[in-house]
Amino acid sequence: MIYTLGIDIGSTTSKCVILQDGKDILGTSIFTGGTGTSSPIKAMETVLSETGITKDRLSAIVATGYGRTTFTQAQSQMSELSCHAKGVHHVFPLAKTIIDIGGQDAKVINLSDEGKMANFVMNDKCAAGTGRFLDVMANIFQLTIDQLETEAFKAEKAVKISNTCTVFAESEVISQLASGENISNVIAGICQSVAGRVAALVRRTSFQEDVCMSGGVAKNGAVRKAMEKELGVSIKYSPMAQYMGALGAAIYAYDKTLKERMNSNE
Amino acid sequence: MSEEVKKSKHELDPNSAKAKLNKIIVDHYAGVQAAKDRGEKIGWCASNFPQEIFQTLGIKVCYPENQAAAIAARGAGQRMCEIAESDGYSNDICAYARISLAYMKVKDAPEQNMPQPDFLLCCNNICNCMIKWYENIAKELNIPLILIDIPFNPDYEVSDAQVAYVKGQFLAAIKQLEEITGKKWSDEKFKEVMAISNRTSRAWLEATSYTKYQPSPLNGFDLLNHMAVAVCARGTIEAAEAFETLTREYKKAVEEGTSTFRAEEKYRIMFEGIACWPHLRTTATGLKSRGINMVATIYADAFGFIYNDFDGLIKAYCNVPNAMNLEHARDVRKAIVKKTNAEGLLVHTNRSCKLWSGFMYEMSRQIGEDCNVPVISFDGDQADPRNFSEAQYDTRVQGLMEIMETNKGGK
Repeated sequence: MIYTLGIDIGSTTSKCVILQDGKDILGTSIFTGGTGTSSPIKAMETVLSETGITKDRLSAIVATGYGRTTFTQAQSQMSELSCHAKGVHHVFPLAKTIIDIGGQDAKVINLSDEGKMANFVMNDKCAAGTGRFLDVMANIFQLTIDQLETEAFKAEKAVKISNTCTVFAESEVISQLASGENISNVIAGICQSVAGRVAALVRRTSFQEDVCMSGGVAKNGAVRKAMEKELGVSIKYSPMAQYMGALGAAIYAYDKTLKERMNSNE
Repeated sequence: MSEEVKKSKHELDPNSAKAKLNKIIVDHYAGVQAAKDRGEKIGWCASNFPQEIFQTLGIKVCYPENQAAAIAARGAGQRMCEIAESDGYSNDICAYARISLAYMKVKDAPEQNMPQPDFLLCCNNICNCMIKWYENIAKELNIPLILIDIPFNPDYEVSDAQVAYVKGQFLAAIKQLEEITGKKWSDEKFKEVMAISNRTSRAWLEATSYTKYQPSPLNGFDLLNHMAVAVCARGTIEAAEAFETLTREYKKAVEEGTSTFRAEEKYRIMFEGIACWPHLRTTATGLKSRGINMVATIYADAFGFIYNDFDGLIKAYCNVPNAMNLEHARDVRKAIVKKTNAEGLLVHTNRSCKLWSGFMYEMSRQIGEDCNVPVISFDGDQADPRNFSEAQYDTRVQGLMEIMETNKGGK
C-alpha cells in the first residue's frame, strides 16, 4: 500500500486528502483559515487521525495553494493550477475545461486529451468574481455561503449587480436593499454577477466540453446554474469540488513516490 | 581585508560592456545638465523620436520615459504617482506620465534627476496618452511642444504616403528646432550620424541575437537595462563601441559556456511587455529560481533601426512595435519565438499601457496557437508598484513552468 497526502492551503481554507495507491480516497479534512494560520496543521492532523494513518506511513506529502511554499511538512510543492487539473481529471476523465473559483482568484484551465494542463488564464487583481466577493455579500445579509444558494433559488428574477468591483457591488447591493428590492432577487443577482465575470474569463480560452467546476464557489448551485446559462453548456460538478486541489496534490505525491522507487530500483 | 575583497567584487572592469553602457547613461544626464548650465536650450523627448535628429543638430535632450523607469526601479514610483494623483490625474493614466508630471511639478527626485525642459518633442508612434502628457507639461511650463503625428498603421507595410506625411512634419520640426536652439542642420553631419546609428543598431541586434544559443550567454533581463543606451545614444560612437564590446563578450561566453544567467537554464521564454520596474528583482527572481531564462523580447528588434537615408529613417520610425498592426506585430514576435526556441510566453498585462496590453490578449492567443507554446499573463505595472501582487505572479510563473515541464515529457 502506498499512502500519500495532498494539502491545499488557500487564502481562506486549508484542505487535506489522503490517498491509497494513487486512486482511493481514504479521508478528507477542511478547516477555515489558510496560509498564515494554524489551519494547515489542524487539517493534516485531523485527516491523519480520522483515517488512522500515522504520518510515518505516508510515502510523500505535496503542498499546493498560496501557502504551499511555507508548509515545511511537505516534500515538494506544485501550483494549484496543476493540482486542480490533476484532481479534476481523476474524477472526470473527459474534462477539457476547468473553472476553479477559490477564495481570492478564479482560474480557467484547459486540459489536453491526455488530461494534462495545456494553458490557463486567471482573474486580474480584483476580487470580483471570486469567493471573497461572495463572502463580502453573505456578510451584508448575515447569511452563510450555503444559505446564499437557498435564497438565490427562491428568486423570481436576478437583479443586475455590477461585477466590476467588489466594493462598488457592495454599495450597489445596499442601495438595492434600501430601495426595497426583494432579498432573494438581489442574491440571485450576486450569483449572476460572479458567473458573468468568470464566464468572460472562460470565453477568453478555447473552452471545450466537458466543462467542470472546482473550488469552494462550485458548491454554490446558483452560481453553477448561472454559469451554465452564460456559457450555454452543462457543467460537471462533484461534491469533492473544494478538495480537487488537495486531491491533485495527493496524486502528484503518489507519482513522485513511484518515480523515486523506480529510480532506486534502476 | 574582507572590505577590500567586497569592493573589488563590485568594481566593474572599465573596459567591460556593462561599465561602458553605465558610463554612457551617466554621461548622457551629465551632458544635458552641462548644456543647460551653459545656457543652451534642452528638451524632453519621447523615446521613439529619432535620436539622430538631435545628434545632427547638436541638441541635448532627456527622456522622461527612461527617467520614470529609473525612478520606479529605485523605489519612488508610488511617491511620484501620488503627487500627480493629488493634482487630479487619474490612477488609470500611464504611470510614466504620472511620474513625469509629478517631476515637472516638484523638480526633484534623488532617484534620477534631470534638468527641466525648454522645449518638448513628442511622437505618438508609441501611444496617444503621450500627446496629452506632453501638452500638459507644455502648458504648465509655457514652453513650445513639437508634436509629430505618426498614426497607428492599420496596414501591414508602411506606405509611401505615410512616409511623406510624417517626413513633412519632421522637416518642419527641424526648422522649429533650429529657431528654438539656434543650432543648424547639416546634411553632411546627418550622414555621419546615420552611419553611426546604423552601426549601433547592427551591434545591438547582433548582441541581442545571442539569446538564440542554448543555453543563452545572457540573462534576458540584462537587455532591459541596456536598452536605455539604445534609446538615448544610438547616434554616438560610444554606444556603437559599447554594443560591439557586448557582442564580443557574448561570443566569448558562448565559446566558454558561461552566462550572465546565474542558474541552470531549464526553460526558455519570451517576456512580453515593458518590465515591471518597481518589482524587477521579484519578477526576475521568480523566473531565475525556477531555471526560466527570458531569451526573447520585442525590445531587441524595437531599437534596431537600420536605414539608408532620411526617408528610410522616417519609415523605420513609422514601423515601431506600438505603431504596427496586430498581424505585423504578431509575425515579428512569432519569428522571435521561433528563432530563440522559446517554450512559453509570459505576458505582462501592464495597467499603465492600454495600447500594448489591449491588443496583447488576441495577439498572444494567436502567437500561442501558431507557435504551440503556452501563454500566461500576470497583472503588473511599468512604474506604479500598487498594481502588482507577488503571490499571484509566483503562482502564474509556477503554472507556466509546470506546463513547460509537461511539454518536455516530465511530470
